Amino acid sequence: MKIPTTSKKELLELYNKMLLIRRFEEKAGQLYGMGHIGGFCHLYIGQEAVVVGIESIKKTGDQNITSYRDHGHMLACGMDPKMVMAELTGRSTGYSKGKGGSMHMFSKSEGFYGGHGIVGAQVPIGAGIAFANKYKNNGNVCFTYFGEGAANQGQVYETFNMASLWSLPVVFVIENNQYAMGTSIVRASSTEEMFARGVAFNIPGKAVNGMDVLEVSKEASNAAEHCRSGKGPFILEMKTYRYRGHSMSDPAKYRTREEVQKIREEKDPIDTLRSLLIEKYKISEKEFKTIDGEIKAIVTESSDFALNSPEPNIEELWTDIYAD
Amino acid sequence: MKTEILMPSLSPTMEEGSLAKWYVSPGDKVKPGDIIADIETDKALMEYESIEEGTILDLLVEEGTENIKVNSLIAIIETEGSEGIEQKKDIDLNQNEPALFDKSDQTSQVKTEANVISRVDDKEKNHQELNENSSTKQLTVREAINSAIAEEMKLDENVFLMGEEVGEYQGAYKVSQGLLEEFGSNRVIDTPITEHGFTGLAVGAAFSGIRPIVEFMTFNFAMQALDQIVNSAAKTNYMSGGQINCPIVFRGPNGAAARVAAQHSQDFASLYASIPGLKVIQPFSAEDTKGLLKAAIRENNPVVFLENEILYGKSFPVNISDDQVIPIGKAKTVSIGKDVTIISYGIGMLHTLEANIKLKELGISAEVIDLRTIRPIDFETIIESVKKTNRCVTVEESFPVCSIGSYVGSQIMIKAFDYLDAPVLNCTGKDVPMPYAENLEKAALTSPDEIISAVKKVLYKN
Repeated sequence: MKIPTTSKKELLELYNKMLLIRRFEEKAGQLYGMGHIGGFCHLYIGQEAVVVGIESIKKTGDQNITSYRDHGHMLACGMDPKMVMAELTGRSTGYSKGKGGSMHMFSKSEGFYGGHGIVGAQVPIGAGIAFANKYKNNGNVCFTYFGEGAANQGQVYETFNMASLWSLPVVFVIENNQYAMGTSIVRASSTEEMFARGVAFNIPGKAVNGMDVLEVSKEASNAAEHCRSGKGPFILEMKTYRYRGHSMSDPAKYRTREEVQKIREEKDPIDTLRSLLIEKYKISEKEFKTIDGEIKAIVTESSDFALNSPEPNIEELWTDIYAD
Repeated sequence: MKTEILMPSLSPTMEEGSLAKWYVSPGDKVKPGDIIADIETDKALMEYESIEEGTILDLLVEEGTENIKVNSLIAIIETEGSEGIEQKKDIDLNQNEPALFDKSDQTSQVKTEANVISRVDDKEKNHQELNENSSTKQLTVREAINSAIAEEMKLDENVFLMGEEVGEYQGAYKVSQGLLEEFGSNRVIDTPITEHGFTGLAVGAAFSGIRPIVEFMTFNFAMQALDQIVNSAAKTNYMSGGQINCPIVFRGPNGAAARVAAQHSQDFASLYASIPGLKVIQPFSAEDTKGLLKAAIRENNPVVFLENEILYGKSFPVNISDDQVIPIGKAKTVSIGKDVTIISYGIGMLHTLEANIKLKELGISAEVIDLRTIRPIDFETIIESVKKTNRCVTVEESFPVCSIGSYVGSQIMIKAFDYLDAPVLNCTGKDVPMPYAENLEKAALTSPDEIISAVKKVLYKN
């Protein structure tokens, strides 16, 4: 199996996408602090390699679906940062016209099926999208993301059974960031081997270093191939880490500052790829500065766009309740 | 380039906080991700990270300062040239952005609510007989729940608390703060995220005679467990011919909080109230919350106890002694009047009491009834009042279709038809999923203005 991303151009693309997510999320955190974003806001900082690696091997028409920690998924699958930020700030120009907010955003054209606020609820829905892929025989795979905390919800196992029984083309991506809100995996799970949760259902699984975008990309490619060849679902356990609290209002007292700092210093997915780019392609400090500037401009543009957009028209309260 | 650091909003409902600690001093260099301060709210102590790179020029509030309003200036950082341009834009936006003014409006709105509560409390004092054996103390609803649980756990070793983040995290909304330390991990049990599973398990434990208090982080998540609440907890006593009862309390925040959108903002009162076998409580004041929760814990049937996140931080005088319970199924007449009866419960009472202040100014005398218990509903108090006032308006935040108000209205029609001088009107949330945008969310909830307008309508006044 070939490693799909090795060229300088491809590596830079991965780098750019991860950096975009990082800077976008920092800006979102700032706008939350200023009161422009309300409600719940779950940042993806630290986990960027997972979604960027997987998106890099997606084929046209493949779908993805995730929980409420969804900003990174949207940016990685090509959704417009301006419209994502506009939704975060509750503006009419957002993906859901301001009605969904941080946790509930969708883009059918980019194959992004949300953005779901209830822990674990997206798992059977993702399998349903895969069911439709098989039904339509379109060769597409649905990447269904959930956390190691959601992996304890009962409906996940009902889904595993059906997905395996009916050989559905679904890759279950367990983003194991080690903390379900404030509860560490050892305090909530009888076993830490999330990739093995499908054993009883004959679903193969693999643990992946989710802080290494290239390893993610390679394993995602294998998993997707498994699905496309008609062998049914596959579980990828992405070992990753979130730097920020569960949501903006999480005091994060369940782990030490040193623990977070150590991962940031030793395992940061962006720094890791940056080192590789320097080593392999001799990218200069100046080139990185240019990239930084470009990404910052996109993020600034997105927040300016959002904050200058109007709130939804009050009549929107009554629209979209039923389809035409 | 000088960049302003503002007091951040760290949760959906935060309006002000204290600066517990500075980690930096003027002259210190900071980069994104560095912790610059600890910010404290009534809920939590949080680290505040810099997202700027630069040098701290000035700290504008001293360590230990309390009640700092969100978005007020707390420090100034000197940032580097090119980055400064962007940061400056933030400041400009911050100064010109209309949302900021909305925010300050919101703050004053809450102030008004606080005034309402204190004024209401004065009224309550006038109308209620004070218990001579008890002393009045000020309690938040959060403290009321916490103390009710703690007191009942002390009284009965069969009572235990289980749920997500109730122990080591001290409660997602800090309701269970300190209980793990006091009662240990055998009685304050952190569960995995598995609502259907732990609810079923708790129901089994209750069938065996111990008394679980199940906390749902919000009742939105209890939808995952609805089967166990409805099909197992509510019905087994009946199906077993009275052999197996289920002494259990399902509790947690219910209804809209602030800007958390459709999947996290729903009032399930009427849904649970339609299930025979359940008792359903949705209190407003801290006193009722405490007394009714204690009654719920002592109850031999499953009780759904619906709290409200916005009310958690509200403070009320509490007149009951530690061992006092408030009986389930009794409404409370909060304000005596003669022109119209307004019936509400839970956070609907907040809007009702605010409306009532304006109604008084308009010369309208409203009798305000807080249902407190939604199942069974105290129709005796309702009918007695309607027979006197001949008009009725109901107020709640839930959806209008099959609402508590619509059921109360139908029962008034059946039981007091000849006494009615106008149709019963219902003020409810709008018949839409809760939108995220600030303006739409406000429009989706009921309001004092709607209540006033409904009251005028039943009085045939313009």
